[in-house]
Amino acid sequence: MSETKQFCTFFLGDLIFGIEVLEIQEVIRYQEMTAVPLAPKMVHGLINLRGQIVTAIDLRSRLEMPPLAEGQLPMNVVVRTEDGAVSLLVDEIGDVIEIDGDNFEPPPETLHGVARDLVDGVYKLKERLLLLLNTPKTVNFSTHPGSDTGSRRQAA
Amino acid sequence: MTDELQQQLINDLLIESLEGLDRFDKELLALENHAGGAETMNNIFRVIHTIKGTAGCIGLCKIESTAHVGENLLSLLRDGKLQSSSEMISALLALSDALRGMLRDLEASGTEGQRDHSALLQRLRDLQTATPSPAAPSPAPNAPAAFGLFADTPADATAEIQLRSAPEKPAASEPAQAARASIADSAIRVDVVQLDKLMNLVGELVLARNQIMQNTTQLDAAALLIASQRLNLITTELQGSVMKTRMQPIGNIWTKFPRVVRDLSQELGKKINLVMEGQDTELDRTIIEAIKDPLMHIVRNAADHGLELPAVRAAAGKPEEGRLTLRAFHEGGQVNIEFIDDGQGINAARVKAKAVERGLVTADQASRLSERETHNLIFLPGFSTVDKVTTISGRGVGMDVVKTNIEKIGGSVDVQSSAGQGTTIKIRIPLTLAIIPALIVTSGGERFAIPQVSLLELVRLESEDAHKKIESIYNAPVYRLRGQLLPLVDLSRDLGLDGRKSASADGAVNIVVVQADGRQFGLIVDAINDTEEIVVKPLGKQLKSITCFAGATIMGDGRVALILDVLGVAQHAGVISEVRDHGIAGDGKAAEKADNRQTLLLFEATLDSRMAIPLSMVARLEEFPRSSVERAGSQEVVQYRGQIMPLIRIANFVSGAEAADSAEKDPLQVVVYSEGGRSVGLVVAKISDIVYEALTVQRSAARDGILGSAVIQERVTDLLDVPSIIRSADPTFYKAGVN
Repeated sequence: MSETKQFCTFFLGDLIFGIEVLEIQEVIRYQEMTAVPLAPKMVHGLINLRGQIVTAIDLRSRLEMPPLAEGQLPMNVVVRTEDGAVSLLVDEIGDVIEIDGDNFEPPPETLHGVARDLVDGVYKLKERLLLLLNTPKTVNFSTHPGSDTGSRRQAA
Repeated sequence: MTDELQQQLINDLLIESLEGLDRFDKELLALENHAGGAETMNNIFRVIHTIKGTAGCIGLCKIESTAHVGENLLSLLRDGKLQSSSEMISALLALSDALRGMLRDLEASGTEGQRDHSALLQRLRDLQTATPSPAAPSPAPNAPAAFGLFADTPADATAEIQLRSAPEKPAASEPAQAARASIADSAIRVDVVQLDKLMNLVGELVLARNQIMQNTTQLDAAALLIASQRLNLITTELQGSVMKTRMQPIGNIWTKFPRVVRDLSQELGKKINLVMEGQDTELDRTIIEAIKDPLMHIVRNAADHGLELPAVRAAAGKPEEGRLTLRAFHEGGQVNIEFIDDGQGINAARVKAKAVERGLVTADQASRLSERETHNLIFLPGFSTVDKVTTISGRGVGMDVVKTNIEKIGGSVDVQSSAGQGTTIKIRIPLTLAIIPALIVTSGGERFAIPQVSLLELVRLESEDAHKKIESIYNAPVYRLRGQLLPLVDLSRDLGLDGRKSASADGAVNIVVVQADGRQFGLIVDAINDTEEIVVKPLGKQLKSITCFAGATIMGDGRVALILDVLGVAQHAGVISEVRDHGIAGDGKAAEKADNRQTLLLFEATLDSRMAIPLSMVARLEEFPRSSVERAGSQEVVQYRGQIMPLIRIANFVSGAEAADSAEKDPLQVVVYSEGGRSVGLVVAKISDIVYEALTVQRSAARDGILGSAVIQERVTDLLDVPSIIRSADPTFYKAGVN
């Protein structure tokens, strides 16, 4: 008999993801953000979370999904990481659910791309599959890709 | 005894003992130099005694027994049954290291460790039985007179008195008390984490205050306005006080230096006299941490390479004992630290040869370097002149690391040297990193903060001028700033914000002239907003590699603004291309000129009397409407940044009060001078210009408040002696500022 865990769930497109509640600091509404020039595209901006400056990562962009439809505002899921709080932008927030460890399975071999790295496994719910997101890996990416060289070209 | 209690006891032991051992080292060195008074020996004894007692209490047998052996030797020393010798001091210092090692092990692993100290213990025991010095058991240095006078007094009599009086202080029943008593009454120990937290909260409070201030000024509610003003004052004061709690005297890191220098001089066979001045100069804790290693490196370097062997010194006609002076002092909101040695100086020829050999410069470049530029070569990475690697220095961690570390915290390093005379290394660092003054600008619709330290001046070109005055060389825009070409960087374009650029309404161009790594360049921004004290917050690690930003801050309206790292922007824009290579040439050139050139603020105190002060003394230029001038006693004052700032009318010092009144316009032109957190406003008739010129001061007939006269821009200009004017107007200014 394996233990049960609580997960905070959220939606991205038609997928449902989960992060263990212990990793979540809070969930807040969309806020005005300060864009960071030269940053990778997946960094949406900086928010002021009660005096703490938190980087907001566009989870759709991180998972190489198409951007959210115009006019729709994402939510901030603020997770605790070794490097302080980081916000993940998601489409919509779901319930907190309790799942038994028996329902867990590693990701299928057919899963490719970034998702392969960032999804630790799948929980089989009654009606659908919950993807377990690896938060440390999700917030950990280096800055070089793309944008920097792009603007250098512009400057020259 | 519960585990928790045991751990608490161990923690107390660790803190107390490690502090005690630092004191122990210091007092031992004083004893060796015969600088200590009668208390010295008692203090030394007490430290070891306390460690022994406390360790015994909580069952740390190894520490207890080690300390015990030391105590035996010390008690013989204290009672005058033995005379201290250099050998003995060395053994006792080794004992201090051994105890420290065990304490560190205890801290790390919870056990006293496996190190074997039997050789040291034997050495200490041997010293106890060493032949008592022929001078007989003469006790503490203040007693021998009595002994000499009464030759028939039994030798032990004085020693006995000493014995009876001395142990009363360590009060055998309460061993720890004596060591604590001196500081315990006036100070408490606070966890650094707690202080950092407090600082953070105050930072938040400052932001909240800014937001409230911004909103209340638009309201018409007297009660709220009064309350918010009070809040403003209190917050400012609270911020100052909390900042103070984080301040530590630089002496805290210097205490290790005498020991290091002593060990080095013994190892190298040199004689070194270490002089330290201004130990009580205070710095923020985080800065103290950051400069600890660089300072140590410089001291080691000076002892190892700078100062010569006694024989060499004697041959050069210098005293055998080399002198290394450390000096720290506050100046213009920054801390200066100087390392002055009277050693052999930097051998320019050898430095050049080495730099060429290591491929850092070409032979051709080297031959064209000035003396100053040559000295600055030592800051290049990979540079080392020592032919053999010693245990002390020359292991590759060079002066470049010192320079990088100092520059990382917004400081600067400079070296001056003359062959055979010695070397002076000057370091300038900011007081604190947590809250810094910054200029807020807008570019591409976003706000950015530019730290004041990298700011030189602001230039505004009206629209009709802008096209003419901004010239370009192969698409690289430049502006002629007082005859010198200033490369320009369009901030919004450089940061890729082009699309969002809001066309400046009046077509005027704002240039922020900044300096990075000794290079000047101009940043074109859309608008210049204001200067503000900002709280620096780090960026998440996802953004750390973007070198253009030093961090972020929260503005008065609660939104986040990025802090520009001017050096990073310069590199990104290609203003500083081959980072180091170019940088040093630029550095050298700027510094070379600085020998006799400086930047001066020109102004008129009364009509047609030109005066100048060094720009480095100017904190800010402000305008105040006459109506805002109030009186405090006989002193004219204005409210300025939450403080009451006295005004001094320069004209009064030059040509009497009536002239002053007629010459000064409305609004008043005020040069703000700040020192130690206090400001004074110097009222002048007109701000004329800022020039960068060579100064040849001719002493004029002694006039109060005038240093002398010089010819600047082909006109005779008086140099104002600011400190003397302030002192005569407010004798308490400097004293109060220091506190």
